[in-house]
Amino acid sequence: MLNIENLHVSVVDKPILKGINLQVKPGEIHAIMGPNGSGKSTLSHVLSGKSGYTVTQGQVTYEGKDLTEMAPEIRAREGVFLAFQYPVEIPGVSNIYLLKAALNSIRKHHGLSEVDAMDFLTLIKEKVRLLEMDERFLYRAVNEGFSGGEKKRNEILQMAVLEPKLCILDETDSGLDIDALKVVAEGVNSIRSPERSFVMITHYQRLLDYIKPDFVHVLAHGQIVKSGGPELALELEEKGYSWVENKQAA
Amino acid sequence: MTTQTASRYTAEYSKIEAKLPGGSLPWLLELRNDALKQFSGRGFPSLREEEWRYTNVSSIEKNLFEPRLEPSDQQIDKDWLKNYCLADCWQIVLVDGYYSAELSNLAGIPKNVTIKSLNELLDADAEQVESYFGKAVSIDEHSFVAFNTAWFGDGAFIRIPAKTLLDKPVQLLHVVTDPNRLAATRNLVIAESMAQAQMIETYVGVDQAYLSAAVTEVFVEPNADLTMFKLQCESEKAYHFGGTYVKQSRDARFSHHNFAFGSLLARSDIHVDLGHASECNLNGLYLGIKRQHLDNHTRINHLEPYAVSREVYKGVLDDRARGVFQGRVVVAEDAQKTDSEMNNRNLLLSNDAEVDTKPQLEIYADDVKCAHGVTVGQLDEKSVFYLQSRCVDEETARNMLTFAFANEMVTKIKQKSLHDLVLAEVLKRFPQRGITQDWL
Ligand SMILES: Nc1ncnc2c1ncn2[C@@H]1O[C@H](COP(=O)(O)OP(=O)(O)OP(=O)(O)O)[C@@H](O)[C@H]1O
Ligand SMILES: [Mg+2]
Repeated sequence: MLNIENLHVSVVDKPILKGINLQVKPGEIHAIMGPNGSGKSTLSHVLSGKSGYTVTQGQVTYEGKDLTEMAPEIRAREGVFLAFQYPVEIPGVSNIYLLKAALNSIRKHHGLSEVDAMDFLTLIKEKVRLLEMDERFLYRAVNEGFSGGEKKRNEILQMAVLEPKLCILDETDSGLDIDALKVVAEGVNSIRSPERSFVMITHYQRLLDYIKPDFVHVLAHGQIVKSGGPELALELEEKGYSWVENKQAA
Repeated sequence: MTTQTASRYTAEYSKIEAKLPGGSLPWLLELRNDALKQFSGRGFPSLREEEWRYTNVSSIEKNLFEPRLEPSDQQIDKDWLKNYCLADCWQIVLVDGYYSAELSNLAGIPKNVTIKSLNELLDADAEQVESYFGKAVSIDEHSFVAFNTAWFGDGAFIRIPAKTLLDKPVQLLHVVTDPNRLAATRNLVIAESMAQAQMIETYVGVDQAYLSAAVTEVFVEPNADLTMFKLQCESEKAYHFGGTYVKQSRDARFSHHNFAFGSLLARSDIHVDLGHASECNLNGLYLGIKRQHLDNHTRINHLEPYAVSREVYKGVLDDRARGVFQGRVVVAEDAQKTDSEMNNRNLLLSNDAEVDTKPQLEIYADDVKCAHGVTVGQLDEKSVFYLQSRCVDEETARNMLTFAFANEMVTKIKQKSLHDLVLAEVLKRFPQRGITQDWL
């Protein structure tokens, strides 16, 4: 589904990603961990098409197509979804409108007609219930005045409604209390399927207790320095990142 | 040169002088004469005046906008006018600057409330007018105030007596029907102590060049609460010079929402004098397209202690439009514990659009809390990207954010009929952007 080969990325001439290799197959869950500033969010931004990043080497293909050639909205319509580490507030645009506009653009992209208003409401209310959110959030401006945890939950609501194929979660667990984490994890688990893949960026084992990854990767200094199974996360929790960073240096 | 044109106006206008309303009232006659002297001496404002440095009014000097003693007999397109007559409001309608009993709708106003044409009241009870006229603004303020004072033809007089709560807003609708005409109106609004009311000033006109020059004096007496809206939707060829001058007594509350959408060249002045522990909110939105020039001046004078002022003006300028914001807050020596915030934010949508913004704080007291901020810029790229990542194409994302920026000021209107009218006017100004209502 996603194939990253020797990816090098710079921001204003400063190299941030220095040769990333990662393969994600349909249905897989990959966790990416790593110290602050190692390039995790940069990777998620490059995958979703944020401007300001220059790919200096390597390539990224998504379902056989060159991802870097696509506009961000085309990637999104093709099924790439990024749950932001820092979701943006959009005063003046309501949550429900954005959800509907997004869903309809995806449908249009696939040659389908606009969603029926009643069907849309039924769908969205079901997802709101799933994420244990107050329906009133739908009619508020996107993320405006939401608490940190509410913003993260709202990202997952969008994901649940849009049903993307590749879900990238950038520290969705940060800022969530224990109950909220459980709810969000259930939301994620509810849309797991053999066709849908997840890349979860996290600092904490906690999330991985609820959503069990197939692979865990450690990103440090712009490279994946170690990959393994779920047990790697436990080991990291115990020994810290310096353990793998040092190993790499050695 | 300015004075030369001024003397053309003076010469032309002297023909009607004797017949202007209030001609038999010595106090008014004297005031008109002083104003005339003031105007012919100073002429129209020039770029050399600090308060006018961004707005060149010389284009109105090329024309001579005609004063008349009565409204024109042109048929008004009533279907068009209906768009601007708000449901659930009392209406006082001024056609070409003169009261129209036919178009006004004042049925059922409470007996103690006065909503009348100024001329009518000058005939019936001139003393009532005299005690307020020229008390919130003086003819020295600037030449347009002098101009208005010398030649106003009519206006509205609105008085809400003490402890009266007006349950419907009063709409003051100015309509100009005649090309090349001057509509000079003078309005007085008084909310007596503990009264509560809402007023909506609306300015519209035929699709022609004309000059609309209005002065509205407002008195918000102790502990009264007045909310005023100004919807300036003049024709795109028109000139609009409108000033609202407000005196707030102790504990009075005043909110003003200023929507500047129309005119080729428009200048709006909002001045507020704040008494002890009074509170004022000034909100503004100017939307400039094509070659419009929209100038917004505000002045908040904190004269006594404990008053609070909040001001937010937003501008969106497209094409070759030019916006001006000059906001001045003056805190007098006695006005300790003043709490003031002023904010001006602008969006430029084209390379040829321009804005000049100048917030000014003058503080003569030492124990005050004052803040001001200005932004001029393009849309926030993080927000554009966020919307794109949610499947919205870039152009639509930009349009959504632009609209949302402006809409923030519209959503402050709680009265539905007015809200919908203002929203429709906003949407009308950016049709090519495919903005739709369901974004809300
Ligand atoms: N626009 C930019 N200009 C300059 N440096 C940048 C820019 N964006 C990112 N960086 C740098 O790139 C590096 C990687 O940042 P990134 O946000 O990807 O880290 P991260 O792994 O997500 O960290 P965290 O765990 O704190 O979220 C950091 O050193 C950061 O300062
Ligand atoms: Mg990050």
